[in-house]
Amino acid sequence: MRRYSAFAIAREAMRHHLGWERAWKSPVPKARYDVIIVGAGGHGLATAYYLGKNFGIRNVAVIEKGWLGGGNTGRNTTIIRSNYLQDPSAAIYEKARSLYETLSQDLNYNIMFSPRGVMMLAQTEHEIRGYQRTAHANALQGVTTEFISRQKVKELCPIINIDGPRYPVLGALWQPRGGTARHDAVAWGYARACSDMGMDIIQQTEVTGVRREGGRVVGVDTTKGHIACDKLGIVVAGHSGVMAERAGFRLPIESVALQALVSEPIKPVMDVVVMANTVHGYMSQSDKGEMVIGGGADNYNNYTQRGSFQHVEETVRALIETFPIISRLKMLRWWGGIVDMTGDRSPIISKTPVEGVFVNCGWGTGGFKAIPGSGWAMAELMAKGHAPLADAFSLDRFREGRFIDESVAAGVAH
Amino acid sequence: MLTFQCPYCGVQACETELAAGGEAHLKRFGPGSSDDDFEGYLFLRPNVKGVHFERWRHAMGCGKWFLAARCTATLEVFGTYPAQTTEPPADIIAAIKARRPDWSLT
Ligand SMILES: Cc1cc2nc3c(=O)[nH]c(=O)nc-3n(C[C@H](O)[C@H](O)[C@H](O)COP(=O)(O)OP(=O)(O)OC[C@H]3O[C@@H](n4cnc5c(N)ncnc54)[C@H](O)[C@@H]3O)c2cc1C
Ligand SMILES: [Zn+2]
Repeated sequence: MRRYSAFAIAREAMRHHLGWERAWKSPVPKARYDVIIVGAGGHGLATAYYLGKNFGIRNVAVIEKGWLGGGNTGRNTTIIRSNYLQDPSAAIYEKARSLYETLSQDLNYNIMFSPRGVMMLAQTEHEIRGYQRTAHANALQGVTTEFISRQKVKELCPIINIDGPRYPVLGALWQPRGGTARHDAVAWGYARACSDMGMDIIQQTEVTGVRREGGRVVGVDTTKGHIACDKLGIVVAGHSGVMAERAGFRLPIESVALQALVSEPIKPVMDVVVMANTVHGYMSQSDKGEMVIGGGADNYNNYTQRGSFQHVEETVRALIETFPIISRLKMLRWWGGIVDMTGDRSPIISKTPVEGVFVNCGWGTGGFKAIPGSGWAMAELMAKGHAPLADAFSLDRFREGRFIDESVAAGVAH
Repeated sequence: MLTFQCPYCGVQACETELAAGGEAHLKRFGPGSSDDDFEGYLFLRPNVKGVHFERWRHAMGCGKWFLAARCTATLEVFGTYPAQTTEPPADIIAAIKARRPDWSLT
């Protein structure tokens, strides 16, 4: 693989940019792989990448029914933070956040990580207490966060109306090294690095069945025929239930639509990410100048990748109260993604009832921020059978009542 | 926008008037049941992509729970029926089959 660098840009400028290679190959599937990953979203690709990088397992295929990064990885609002309450969550999300810090260098691909700071507004007494508790927990977990005053909120983000009318801003939980990254670039960067290690990324190919012999996986059926494997990782987010059924088990997951929208581009007005969980909306400004807006998830099972009008209205209404300056902005694009919700709002990284089959799912409304850490943990689990970062997120926690209850921390969709 | 006809008051209600209540016809397992059954009842869901039987409450209307058959892949609603039943009635099954000939109740 030719490395990207300032020198490469200069070199290509001299020869009409004819020397750029394709970022990844599009091979025909082999008959057999050591590991097959279903789903070329961020989590699937990161799993493959760390299998190769950390464990030298490179006979790997990532099979994707659409195009890589076309699922939720290409549909999210790119917020990255690790200010969770429970220890297992803080550990994996902070691992992910810290990997994001150097991911561009690691992958030799600019993922545009922008640690501009994430602010979660406290707009009720209850939220103040909740976030203060989170700030204390984060201090013990080694995650840098701080509970800040409403004056500090106004200083960091002057366009916020902190005086109400309905829910005045009372303070905020502030994570200075949280922020955003370019979502597509995360998928593309991992894909390019995987392809460079000799892995096969097979797009436009759906996995339609899981072949088992004596309770263990031996391969998959796909729209391009049968492919054998020793181990199978199912990393398909909203379609986890569908894939689990094909593998012969059920998951504690329900799929619902989550939506987001962006405005026309405007001059820079805010350089932090603001989340307002009480009124249910959040906003940041992209490098292009668009205001990136998200809100709550629909609460009924849905596979349509479409949002509903009333949620947009709710979200926009809430944000106009919080940021009066946006009241006349035109919205440019609006889309939905199908997110995989668990009962305790925490993910699943686990073995399954079928030997050799592993699942990574349940990231719901907030898994973009977790991609590097999740891939790291999933790769270790698949290579070694257990992984310190993943163990708490196993499937049997539901049966055993060991929930990792983040429904407060992840109460709004991000 | 999703709309359902409330089988009690007859109102064609839109989703903002309704509260979703998850999968219908769950078989309940309580104390004394096996761990597998209890876990299945509490947490495991088929989460089907296709015909889904589900509970809704006419929250901003008559306040009652009712059941509905809906396709989660297209949002098509096949029909609604009162909640006092443990399985979908014949007319609902027929309405689904008319639209999805390959479908069968498992
Ligand atoms: C509107 C919205 C806003 C969000 N905002 C944020 C945010 O600000 N911050 C944050 O951290 N998270 C956010 N999220 C959540 C985040 O996007 C997801 O948790 C994350 O992207 C999940 O990544 P993934 O790789 O697991 O899934 P995906 O990217 O969805 O990848 C799964 C892939 O599997 C493929 N697939 C499915 N079935 C099959 C099959 N049978 N065979 C082959 N391939 C298959 C799909 O085509 C898909 O490409 C948001 C999500 C949405 C929808
Ligand atoms: Zn009614």
